[in-house]
Amino acid sequence: MAQSLAKEFTKGLWAEMPPFRLVLGLCPVLAVTKSVENGIGMGVATTFVLVFSNLLVSLLRNIIPAKVRIACFIVIIATFVTIVELMMQAYAYQLFLKLGIFIPLIVVNCIVLGRSEAFASKNGPIVSVADGLGIGIGFTMSLASLGAVREFLGNGTLTIWEGLPVFSMGPDFIPFRFMLEAPGAFVGLGLMLFLMNLIPQK
Amino acid sequence: MSDLFVLAISCIFINNILLAQFLGQCPFLGTSKKMETAVGMGMAVIFVLVMAGIITWIVDVYLLKALNVEYLRTVSFILVIASLVQFVEMFLKKSIPALYAGLGIFLPLITTNCAVMGVCLINIKEEYSFLQAVIASFAYAVGFALALILFAGVRERVDLGRVPKPLQDTSIGLVTAGIIALTFMSFKGMV
Repeated sequence: MAQSLAKEFTKGLWAEMPPFRLVLGLCPVLAVTKSVENGIGMGVATTFVLVFSNLLVSLLRNIIPAKVRIACFIVIIATFVTIVELMMQAYAYQLFLKLGIFIPLIVVNCIVLGRSEAFASKNGPIVSVADGLGIGIGFTMSLASLGAVREFLGNGTLTIWEGLPVFSMGPDFIPFRFMLEAPGAFVGLGLMLFLMNLIPQK
Repeated sequence: MSDLFVLAISCIFINNILLAQFLGQCPFLGTSKKMETAVGMGMAVIFVLVMAGIITWIVDVYLLKALNVEYLRTVSFILVIASLVQFVEMFLKKSIPALYAGLGIFLPLITTNCAVMGVCLINIKEEYSFLQAVIASFAYAVGFALALILFAGVRERVDLGRVPKPLQDTSIGLVTAGIIALTFMSFKGMV
């Protein structure tokens, strides 16, 4: 039991790490990774929704009729997204403003619905929580790493919390602004995907 | 009148939904390998997005704001979109089979296309009037179709070249999309 729990948890961190191994949910990845802070914030919000929607879907998996399951999953996910939205408005308002419409758009993030459909609807609640947590943390790490690359090259800083950089290259650094613009997001993610593909997949 | 024209241009080119707002990336990369599927998806999105934009605007103004329950926006919008897609699918299947044959397989995919939900939310966030919301929905959808079809054309040619193995498929696709996004950035000074 403990072994399978660990397996479900760790697969999200590497073997099925979204969005590099599992190319899903690209919109927030491209849109919010202008800084590490935004990336982590988005990742944590998505993880929260993933864990709780997986838990609820798994608990209700024998009650939900198969024909209307997708609609039921979406309502469950939308409920947790609303909770996250209200919580961020209360406790992390600056971050909420920066992430904008991408918070409500977690509803249509294919990773969340994908995990409900592919995993939680077929497995028990504890394993489903482990799966959601693993995939969520993997997603947060991807967002943070892409955010770090883009912020470092585009602005010469790394920001973890409240807009205060923990690391700065100083005024002599000539920023590569392209990385903060829209095309930089595409090219940056494409090249990171390329680097991940260079590492052999087991 | 000219305001609406400016709005349309800026929604199609400058704030292009795929290349500047980063919405709807899954179908952008998923259906762009062949020109045929790109055209089908583009048309299906135009069709659904305009209808969804109109209905969600009405729901938001006359139901959510009137009853003061704006916190239900996320739940109600996704339900409206999901049932709309289902309804359109059933209607087309029965009444216009020719169109259904063309758009059929793309319709279910649209439910989880964040471009649709995203535009509905933008319409509300920018506090557009009804007419503005209709124009913006249509223009964003046209921008979606335009970028998708352009991208599919480039991608078909890229596939003919000899791409190194680790770069193949999504990776080179993203880099190509970045270059197209760069060309779209040149529209920025227009309005």
